[in-house]
Amino acid sequence: MIDQQPAVSMENISIEFPGVKALDGVNFRMFPGEVHSLLGENGAGKSTLIKALTGVYRIDSGVITLAGDEVSFHSTAEAQAAGVSTVYQEVNLLTNLTVAENIMLGREPRRFGLIDWRATRARAAELLTKLHLDIDPNSRLGSHSLAVQQLVAIARATGVHARVLILDEPTSSLDADEVQELFRIIRELKDDGVAILFVSHFLDQVYEISDRLTVLRNGKLVGEYLTEEILRIELVQKMIGKELTVLEDLERKTRLQNLDETELTPYVRAIGLGRKGSIEPLDLDVYEGEVVGLAGLLGSGRTELARILSGVDRADVGTLEVEGKAKRIRTPRQSIRDRIIYSSENRREEGILDELTVRDNIALALQADRGWFRPIPKKRQDELAESYIHALNIRPANPDALLKNLSGGNQQKVLLARWLAIAPRLLILDEPTRGIDVGAKAEIQKLVSNLAENGMSVVYISAELEEVLRLSHRIAVMRDRRMVADIENDDLTTDNLLAIIADGATTEAVA
Amino acid sequence: MNVNKIMANRLFWPVVMLLVLLIINLLAFPGFFSVQIRDGHLFGSLIDILRNGSPTLMIAVGMTLVIATRGIDLSVGAVCAISGAVACSIILGSSDPASPATVTVAVVVSLLISLVLGLWNGFLVAVVGIQPIIATLILMTAGRGVAMLITEGQILTVNSPPFKAIGSGFFLGLPISVLIAAAIFVFALVLTRRTALGLMIESVGINPEASRLAGVRARGLLIAVYVFTALCAAIAGLVLTSNQTAADANNTGLFIELDAILAVVIGGTSLAGGRYSLLGTLIGALVIQTLVTTVYTVGIPPIATMVFKAAVVTVVCLLQSPRTTELIESARRRNARRRGKAVTA
Repeated sequence: MIDQQPAVSMENISIEFPGVKALDGVNFRMFPGEVHSLLGENGAGKSTLIKALTGVYRIDSGVITLAGDEVSFHSTAEAQAAGVSTVYQEVNLLTNLTVAENIMLGREPRRFGLIDWRATRARAAELLTKLHLDIDPNSRLGSHSLAVQQLVAIARATGVHARVLILDEPTSSLDADEVQELFRIIRELKDDGVAILFVSHFLDQVYEISDRLTVLRNGKLVGEYLTEEILRIELVQKMIGKELTVLEDLERKTRLQNLDETELTPYVRAIGLGRKGSIEPLDLDVYEGEVVGLAGLLGSGRTELARILSGVDRADVGTLEVEGKAKRIRTPRQSIRDRIIYSSENRREEGILDELTVRDNIALALQADRGWFRPIPKKRQDELAESYIHALNIRPANPDALLKNLSGGNQQKVLLARWLAIAPRLLILDEPTRGIDVGAKAEIQKLVSNLAENGMSVVYISAELEEVLRLSHRIAVMRDRRMVADIENDDLTTDNLLAIIADGATTEAVA
Repeated sequence: MNVNKIMANRLFWPVVMLLVLLIINLLAFPGFFSVQIRDGHLFGSLIDILRNGSPTLMIAVGMTLVIATRGIDLSVGAVCAISGAVACSIILGSSDPASPATVTVAVVVSLLISLVLGLWNGFLVAVVGIQPIIATLILMTAGRGVAMLITEGQILTVNSPPFKAIGSGFFLGLPISVLIAAAIFVFALVLTRRTALGLMIESVGINPEASRLAGVRARGLLIAVYVFTALCAAIAGLVLTSNQTAADANNTGLFIELDAILAVVIGGTSLAGGRYSLLGTLIGALVIQTLVTTVYTVGIPPIATMVFKAAVVTVVCLLQSPRTTELIESARRRNARRRGKAVTA
């Protein structure tokens, strides 16, 4: 395979952003018919390398060759025309257009110079069928879940006759079956001789699908390895450097006190809380210092429940009690008053402010809570930014950096800092570790369990059951928009939990 | 501060443009920079630029904040016409047009009416959720009709010295209209940058939903911004009407919304919302007014004025475009690297 001409070869690539050296003399190559994984922590330069290859960023130095020819793309369109297609980490589609329009955008079949809509839909339907995706090509993309949107993005990328297909965190919003579907498609494409670049934080998936690995760290190349020749532990060491200590297994913390729940009032109690078309009425108590995990499949109502608890969406039945008092919470602003915070799974749309600095992003919620007329003094803002940059290990450690220049994981940390700055009593974290590398993931998990130990209540939503099991004192399981179980996490295993999620064991039976 | 840092500043090109225009004027008319004191007032071409540009600046200040929230206000010209019409009809209808009390009442009433107009715009945008360009288009079209009803289709000429002073009077040697514009500018600057209002406005402009989840009251903020802009427009309308000593429903403040938007854009605030620069807007307004003056001093025929103006604006916008910035940036870096290599070799 080595004697072959590489499909892609990038030599000595450097890119600098204001205040950040994103790539520093990196070499990278891919061969036709192989799946190549790009690995590294947040901010290692994975996304930047991809964007350099696809013409989003211009490289400051270095040479890129495609099947032996030197290329210099000025736009993704040029890269695509040359056979380099990308599916980005955050789905980059137009939610207000139909599925078919999204798949065929920019390359609609034409007749007499006009778009042939019938052929457009037919071609889109064909691509969807290949992916076994049973959705109406005429439906609006925005009406589908993130997972479906992700698959549509892949359908779009495979629609072009791609020689190189780049999948940047394609599985982060997919469930296990959907991942297998995707892998089947990846293998098919690989057999067709396509070079596939696969970026994922899920090491299991990396080992399952890829032939070769390239590891980056802090914008520099660590090395290129054959997947079968490198042990997982070695790989992780190469990714995060020497700081293996952060990876030490978190021991499940015992609760703040041995709660006698009959005597204590929960910090937040939902009684028959529901919303038409969203979730069926349900009960949920969250005590001080308790971590409640919310498990369930995508679309089971996990996120919906979180949004209703935090006033982002309004409940239309039931009551919400905060410290025993019934509250009418209608806006996030009101729930923030009660120190109930919702941190959205959709970081880009509902979290970060990419044009603002790290400092402004951290200060925003606190400032909004104080009111615009009482600005946080500049000095206090600096202290705030500095302390969270330090505490959460945000990179680059520059409060003046614009958020759009940070990697996804660091943006997530800034977002967490924003919420922590207002001292929440109940923090609802929706997929806080999605698309985040091992190191940062462990940091965030550790943070959550420390916060709970200090009396903060946490509702933790994650698609990764192990994570939910490790962190939670109690686990509520959602299924088909109903709560099907609310159980103590004493000796639960992934298998138990999977059984409940799959079969929806009744609350009484388990509790 | 090195050259690169200065060039990277988003106010660099607008300032260069302003200086170039001033130098052209100086070459065409050597006495251009001279400012004299006549009857205790300052006189000169520079003072004229400030005075004639002040209504545009007043509106552009409000427009900057609206644009920062990802909105736009097309109705400002119509609001100018309404406030002028209201003031003139009150003054004409009173028994004593020359008394300061009458003028005060006229000014206060027209400001109150424009406050209502601003609330209307804000209501349509923030509560009903109509896109700003459509929402304010309603008042842009209807507003001149309302002004027409107030003036009953006439051009209302007033003879009231206190009213005339607003547009053409002097205080401490400076034109009153310039002082009013300066006051509005400083007020907006202090209000948004010395409090957290600026941060809130920017965050709503960048991502309204993320701001809402962070507890920002986007709705109230939007309404306030449209009200403020309507008040700015009303004051500009009073200045314009006072200057002409007549309210003309058809022509007062005609196309001033376009000049104001241009001033904001030249000043480097993106129409996509988010980060804004009031200082940039000030420079933008000065560029536009200096441009108009240049047309006269250089002797460009009036029929070519619009084309000339468009050409200059095009150049400024091209220079500020991300594409140009990127090209200059990469050329600069390539140069630096070449120099670096030369040194090491």
